[in-house]
Amino acid sequence: MSQVFPKSANAWSKASVLAIVFVLLGLGWVVLTIQRSDFVTSANQFVEQPVQFSHQHHAGGVGIDCRYCHTAVEVSASAGIPPTKTCINCHSQIWSTSSYLEPVRASFRDDKPLNWVRVHDLPDFVYFNHSIHVTKGVGCETCHGRVDKMPLMIQKVSLQMEWCLNCHRDPAQFVRPRDQITTMGYQPAMAQAELGPRLVKEYKIAGLEHMTSCSVCHR
Amino acid sequence: MTPIQITRAADDAENTDPKAHRSMSVPVDLQKVRARLEQQGGPQVWRSLEAVAETTEFKDYLHREFPTNASEWLDPVGRRSFMKLMSASMALAGVTACTVQPTELIVPYVRQPEEVIPGKPLFFATAMTLGGVASGVLVESHEGRPTKIEGNPDHPASQGATDLFTQGSVLTLYDPDRSQTITQLGEIRPWSAVIAAVRGGLSAQSGSKGAGLRILTETVNSPTLAAQIQQVLQLQPNAKWIQWEPLPRDNARAGARTAFGEYLEPVYDLSKADVILSLDADFLASEGASNLRYARQFAGRRRVEDSADNLNRLYVVESNHSVTGGRADNRLPLKSSQVEAFARAVAQQAGVAGVTGSAPAGSEPYADAVAKDLMAHRGRAVVMAGDSQPPAVHAIAHALNAAIGAAGATVSYLPTPEVVPTEQHAALRELVTEIEAGRVQMLVIIGESNPVLSAPADFKFAEAMSKVALRIHSGLFADETATLSHWHVPSAHYLEAWGDGRSFDGTVSIVQPLIQPLYGGKSAHELIATLSDRPERNGYDVVREYWTSAKVPGATAAVAVAAATPIAVTPAPASAPATPATTTVAAPPAAPPTAVEAFEKNWRKWLHDGFIAGTAFAPSAPMLAPDVATRITAGAVVDGLEINFRRDETIYDGRFANNGWLQELPKPVTKLTWDNAALIGPSTAEANHLQTGDIVAIQHDGRTLNVPVWITPGHAKDAITLSVGYGRTKAGRVGNGCGFNTYALRGSTAPWFGAATITKTGETYDLVGTQDHWSIEGRNIIRSATLEEFKAKPTFVKEMEHLVLDKRISLYADKEYKGDQWGMAIDMNACTGCSACIIACVAENNIPVVGKAQVKRNREMHWLRIDRYFAGNLDTPDTYYQPMPCQQCENAPCEVVCPVAATVHSDEGLNDMVYNRCVGTRYCSNNCPWKVRRFNFLLFADFNTPQFKLQRNPDVTVRSRGIMEKCTYCVQRINAARIQAKREDRSIRDGEVVTACQAVCPTEAIVFGNINDPNSRVAKLKSSPRNYTTLEDLNTRPRTTYLAAVRNPNPALPSNPMVGGHHAATESHEPAAPGGGH
Repeated sequence: MSQVFPKSANAWSKASVLAIVFVLLGLGWVVLTIQRSDFVTSANQFVEQPVQFSHQHHAGGVGIDCRYCHTAVEVSASAGIPPTKTCINCHSQIWSTSSYLEPVRASFRDDKPLNWVRVHDLPDFVYFNHSIHVTKGVGCETCHGRVDKMPLMIQKVSLQMEWCLNCHRDPAQFVRPRDQITTMGYQPAMAQAELGPRLVKEYKIAGLEHMTSCSVCHR
Repeated sequence: MTPIQITRAADDAENTDPKAHRSMSVPVDLQKVRARLEQQGGPQVWRSLEAVAETTEFKDYLHREFPTNASEWLDPVGRRSFMKLMSASMALAGVTACTVQPTELIVPYVRQPEEVIPGKPLFFATAMTLGGVASGVLVESHEGRPTKIEGNPDHPASQGATDLFTQGSVLTLYDPDRSQTITQLGEIRPWSAVIAAVRGGLSAQSGSKGAGLRILTETVNSPTLAAQIQQVLQLQPNAKWIQWEPLPRDNARAGARTAFGEYLEPVYDLSKADVILSLDADFLASEGASNLRYARQFAGRRRVEDSADNLNRLYVVESNHSVTGGRADNRLPLKSSQVEAFARAVAQQAGVAGVTGSAPAGSEPYADAVAKDLMAHRGRAVVMAGDSQPPAVHAIAHALNAAIGAAGATVSYLPTPEVVPTEQHAALRELVTEIEAGRVQMLVIIGESNPVLSAPADFKFAEAMSKVALRIHSGLFADETATLSHWHVPSAHYLEAWGDGRSFDGTVSIVQPLIQPLYGGKSAHELIATLSDRPERNGYDVVREYWTSAKVPGATAAVAVAAATPIAVTPAPASAPATPATTTVAAPPAAPPTAVEAFEKNWRKWLHDGFIAGTAFAPSAPMLAPDVATRITAGAVVDGLEINFRRDETIYDGRFANNGWLQELPKPVTKLTWDNAALIGPSTAEANHLQTGDIVAIQHDGRTLNVPVWITPGHAKDAITLSVGYGRTKAGRVGNGCGFNTYALRGSTAPWFGAATITKTGETYDLVGTQDHWSIEGRNIIRSATLEEFKAKPTFVKEMEHLVLDKRISLYADKEYKGDQWGMAIDMNACTGCSACIIACVAENNIPVVGKAQVKRNREMHWLRIDRYFAGNLDTPDTYYQPMPCQQCENAPCEVVCPVAATVHSDEGLNDMVYNRCVGTRYCSNNCPWKVRRFNFLLFADFNTPQFKLQRNPDVTVRSRGIMEKCTYCVQRINAARIQAKREDRSIRDGEVVTACQAVCPTEAIVFGNINDPNSRVAKLKSSPRNYTTLEDLNTRPRTTYLAAVRNPNPALPSNPMVGGHHAATESHEPAAPGGGH
């Protein structure tokens, strides 16, 4: 009776043992990649808004400071989405008849708020506070990207916990002087490796143990 | 048997598990309990009779982490079906993580109001009126949603604290069962139709000048509302106004009138009182003009730090075991009807002329000792009489206070906060008589007094009311009274409407709304306006107009000048505010605009402060009637069994029956939830062969009610206490069907106590109490000493340690805690057990209500519980209250057993609970010696009802099912303070972080702060000689520590031994059950 398995089966079986390891590793990689992909994190995805508001035009072109509209950013957890009144401050004078801005005028006229779609959406068990980040030298750009180059607001980063911890574990990589918080396209005046630790010390940014304590963000 | 049947059987077992009745259904041999308590080495402190009796059921209960079927599947068939179900769920469990976050909208303001910063709450001062007395509050508002109520530190009644009703009132605001539309005989109608109906009713009365009109309100302490009603009465001179509070204070009024010839409210200053005698007065919790203030003053005299300090001494003579009774140094249980005899005996000894009597049998030594103590502390003692006591006792108390020099020293006399004090029982009786005589054609009922439910049963109010041709009701709920009315108008909640109200000392608060009426409710001001000549006025205009013209002492002068009075105030002579002479300021005549400006300035200040400064009454020095002794009419002693009616400790008079927070709150002394019961003492139970849960038929005054009994240690012999407000049929989805309607038994002849007989029916009822929940399994964690013992040995708590630990021995590496380190100290000598902290915690931390069936399974979710321990003998035990939040151990046993690191330590010493990591193994709870962790067995949080979403604190995660949770030391408040401090580049100040339980506490028993700061209040308390750690021998190093109780019993009277020490077992020396290690 001839052998059921040819001699090459030995090689195949050895190879398949190895292959299973690679397949499992590959599967793991696929899962993790999907998990980190824009598909899951919603990063880099355009969202249609009631008015296609352009940060590129307002912040980049016209040069309005972030805090003109996001007034609460220095004092509150929320940066604050401007009331319709803020839009109307200017748009009662300029582009006051533009059909593009009709929803804004309608909102002001009928006392009905605009319903913006949230772009940066953290899970409900995360309590992010804008004011403390701004105080400690985290620039708008660090998390929100080059807003002055966004015709429509998009989320530029994953907003996953590993991304948060990236900074919470070593804020020196990212901090900038307080007077540069709203600067877009910020370039450190000296090497960040030198400036970062200095600012961390100057701004009394807490140590690793505090910054990675769960209740700092979750409660 | 098919698997399906098996599953169903298992479900049935879960739902109707007979063993869940265990602590109720098995007889407790009280003889055995007594014997065990008296024997040498018996339990020193104990929570329940079942625990002392060590019934097998109790042991079984103790052995189980959670009741049957909650923690384990021992039945192999059940286990198999469980596996089948779970394998399917497990396969899908991972998929739940794959949901894409739903799109969220951001809805900014169109025009952002000034001062509103999204994400930052604002606080508004207003006031809540309950029982005709207002108390100032600060309401936290998140973008227009009131979420939490705090006390107003500047208000004389609140002093920063609130009671549990105020805490719970925010849930009533959002209650989806509140009535939401105006109805006429069930048909939805507009507001204009109400006005038309009222005007129609009035025009029918125009010929008789309102002879057929009756207005029935709660006790009115609002100057504006009273002025409005009086204006209506001017227009309709023959109409009548009746005030009705289900538990009126007629006796106190009548007593004052006997003593002084006029209505006066005694206001006590307990901070000056060394000796206090309470004659059935529950002044620390439910009675009196201002129990928050009294509790603060009382506790202020209970702090001893070294041997030089002294304590006050509290004597309580009462039938029911009340909260105040639990704090007594010497407590005498006595039938309510015998209190008068006791008071007479004390008065006679204290030298009150003409008052004679002998103390009830057995209480002579007590009366003797009390009288001697009172006389020995002339000018530093005080006698208080309870609302339930007859006028005679109040009059004797007034006479006693005069005799012992209390009047003017520890007690002052003020006009009542209600604008027109009346005899409410008499007024309601007259109303019923007039209706029966056909003299009433139009009845307007406003408020929550719900007379159809609460009127004395012999009045047959419901029957009478149905004879009135036009019945209009306005209230928060379409309750029993609304059902019998033609018209029902939803009321605006006090957080939705403008108003005003006087507090105990006359201080007026303007009540300002926090939110537009959620259900289109109308305030009392707006409803009364429909009866006036200007029917369509809103509450704001009415209140402002009144105060524009009112004379306010101390307000900017121009206002007084502009006092043209469109609404006349004609208060009853007795209650006229004793206006200080300084009010008639000779102000120069001001031009009208100046007056308007001045008023605007005042108005803004009043709203900002939460009260109008200078409106407090000036105390009067009334002369005690010289013939007071002869004017006192002696009451009759009830022979045999006596029945007592009391306000409920958690749902008040029934108006909070639909409030889940308050229904689920264990009653401070009995720990009963979701029901009322006939409270009886152990001796009464023995004499009648009754067990907790046995239904008895109570016959009283020709009426019968079947109620289950609950044996309360310390309750007076031969007396039953029933609380009112339960057994509602129209309360709403939460309150309907809870408990027993004791109003049906209560008549006008004996509104507070009377004779009754009981018959055992043989049936039983499932009463659910939490006294045995979260048992510490026999380990004694209460320590106390008498004042003498403390003075002799201030370090007594240290000597009660189980073993002296060398703190360096630990399996864990020692950690150095730097920076802010949070800790808490709880003073058991200050805590009165009032339980407001539990409701504050519930409101602050979005803690769900689970319902009676789940409470029975130990699943109540309260992060903070108050363990009530009895000590000593069954009939006159001492009571200890121990608030038990998470102990925040440094070496936390819960952390090491979590397989997913869902509970970990923060650098500030907090034992963090990370909900999003928790997978629900419950190992942590199993490993917690204090049993302070709570598990969401089901989806307890209501994720659907939109109203409840509005109430939630946005700074705290709403937990879903399968999640463990526990006290966080209010980490959201710590974070808010830390961020604020860091932004201002400073460290967190002491007192800047106040936990919810601490903020609400009337006695300041809970102190929280940074233990690394030697100057912080908490660090100072922790260095007190009374400070001790519970279960210190476990070396978990809790951050929550306790200050031992120091009691001050009169050495001349018998007292229970003090407790604590390593040879002190509570329930049992034995392990709960073989292998029962949790």
